[in-house]
Formats: sequence, structure tokens, C-alpha cells
Amino acid sequence: MRRLLLILPVVLFVILIGVLAVLTLQTKEGRDPSLIPSALLDKPAPEIQLAAVSDDIPGGFAGADLRGRVTMVNVFASWCVPCLAEHPLITRLAEDGVPVYAINHRDSAPEASKWLKVNGNPFTAVGFDPEGRASVEWGVTGVPETYIINAEGIVTFKHAGPITAKVLKDTILPKLREAGE
Amino acid sequence: MRHFLAIFAIVAAISAAGLVTGSPALAVEPDEVLADPVLEARARELSKVLRCVVCQNQSIDDSNADIARDMRLIVRERLVAGDTDDQTVAYMVARYGDYVLLRPPFQPNTMALWVGPPFMAMIIATLALLFFRMYQRERVASGSPEPLTPTDRAQLDALVDKLAAEPRRPRRQSGLRAELEQPFGSTGSGGNGSDNPAT
Repeated sequence: MRRLLLILPVVLFVILIGVLAVLTLQTKEGRDPSLIPSALLDKPAPEIQLAAVSDDIPGGFAGADLRGRVTMVNVFASWCVPCLAEHPLITRLAEDGVPVYAINHRDSAPEASKWLKVNGNPFTAVGFDPEGRASVEWGVTGVPETYIINAEGIVTFKHAGPITAKVLKDTILPKLREAGE
Repeated sequence: MRHFLAIFAIVAAISAAGLVTGSPALAVEPDEVLADPVLEARARELSKVLRCVVCQNQSIDDSNADIARDMRLIVRERLVAGDTDDQTVAYMVARYGDYVLLRPPFQPNTMALWVGPPFMAMIIATLALLFFRMYQRERVASGSPEPLTPTDRAQLDALVDKLAAEPRRPRRQSGLRAELEQPFGSTGSGGNGSDNPAT
């Protein structure tokens, strides 16, 4: 009994260190405690009406446009460098037949339209969101962010940060397939 | 005395720093402020409990981030639209999740957070009590020392009386000090003669 009482605090301390070690090692494998899960997961995509960036950019879309098939929504801005980095992969997804809608986050219309002309416009439609109002509806915390929406218009997945080749292969493609089932 | 002064200075510095950081420069821009002072006051109170979602641990009232500004504007928009405080907070939670609340709600997935600390405190208190009991039991078991006999007592009293009666010995002084305090003219070999006759 006495021995047990003396050892107990040491045992508790070792358990605590063990838990902290496991959590720390998980961050090496990609767990990021600063990422917050989307509150929109498994909920209907926000019903929001967005205008087009400019006349020569196909655009303006509403919640209803996201129903009927699996779609993606990508939040981007012309001032956002990681958005430029992921742009070729978004373009490939669009070429492979995934309708990708875009929310142009806190941007100016001339800048956004120039960016899309220089880098190519793979988007089915681009919604202009200069005040970040739509981004709040979507629970966007930063750009770029990408959402997957299934045929019923339910948000099934959110990726915060740029899509890399690894992210595309390991998460986006499997999640797209899942959403299509 | 010098220690007291040092401690006082440190405490004063800390509380001054607390005053400074406790009321940071407000992030609310003049163009955001509502015309109705009552609604504005409610918006300010709500802004203090909502987290800026990109700043980890700052309220939207404190943060200068773009998104914090957007969120402040939406809080005001909801209030103007006639929402109650709870409805406005629920609106934000629906979009950003419980994470947007600086004070976590009490619900099943936060149970460990709320119940954990009192639970641990109880375990520690129980352990402390057990240790104390064990210690006491040991003292009783090993037996307390025998009480003093009247003879011992008398001897002890005599010793104490003797110590009390002895005049307090003057503090030892360094040779230099003793020399300084001697009257002029009497320096020399005989100065400290009475104290150290050997030299």
C-alpha cells in the first residue's frame, strides 16, 4: 500500500509525458493543431448569391448551382501566392471533368480578371467576394481553401491551404470518389 | 529593507504591465461603429467572446486581422437585423464551429476540459491526506520521547536562567574599526592591550 502510494505520482507523470510525446510525434506526421475542422462538414453548402468578377469572366453562382453532381469550391485571390502554386492542379482537376467553382476572396475586379487571363481560368464560374462576406458564410479562415460538395449539395470535405500533388493524390481524389458514391 | 524595495518595484512593474496589456488599443475602426449606442455596446460585448479564427487566441475585438473586421461587421449586421445576442453567437458557431467561442461550452466533448482540473485536484487532495495519515501513524508507532523527569526539568531551567542572566557579549569588531574608534593620540602598541594581552 505504502509503496503504491509513493510510486503513483511517478506513474501519473510518466503517463502524462507519454501522451504529450504521442501528440508531438503526430505533428511530424502532418497533424496540425492550428487547423480547425470546418463547421460546415456534412451540412448543406451556404445559399449565397455571388456576382461575376467582370463581364469577360464566366461567373456569378448561387447555392443551387452546386447541386446535381459532385463539385468543388476553391477560394482564391490574385494576391495569394499559394493559390498560384496550386492553380495547375486545379486546372487539371477541371480538365478531368470536375466542375470547380471559385470564390474570389477580398480582391479587386481588375486584378482578379488579369490574374485569370494570365494564369488561365479553369473555373466553371467565379464569384466575386470583395468584402469577404461569402467567405464568412463558408467559414473560410484563409486562402486558399477547397471544398468538396456532393450531388445533394452537402459539404463533404474541406482542405485548408494549397493543394499539392501529394494532397491531391492522398486526400482530394479519394474524397471526390467518396462524394460521388 | 532593500529586499522589500526590490520586491515592491517588481510588483509595481508587473501590475503596470498588466494595466497596459489589459486594455490594448482597440481594433474597432470608426467606420464600423453603429449609430445606436445600445446596439454598439452589445456588439462590443459579443466581440469580446468571439475568437478571431486566424489568430488562435485573440478576440475579434482585439484583432486587426481582415477576417476579424469581417466578423465584427457581421455581428453588427445581425444585431441590426434584430437578432438576440445568443442568435448572433449561434450564427457564428454555425459557420466556424465551437472554435469561434473563446470560452468553451460545457458539452460532452469538452467534459474532460471542465471536469478534469477539479478531478485532478481531488486526487491530489486524497493522496496528500493519505500521506499525512501514514506519517502520523508512523510517528505514533515509533513512540514519542519520554517526558522529562523533575530533575531534568530543574537542570534545564537552571541552564536557561544562566543563559538569560549572562550579559550579552558585544559584537565582534574588526581590528580596523576598533582602531578607528580609539581616541586620538592613544594609537600604538597599548591600544588593544586589554582585549588581546598575548600580542
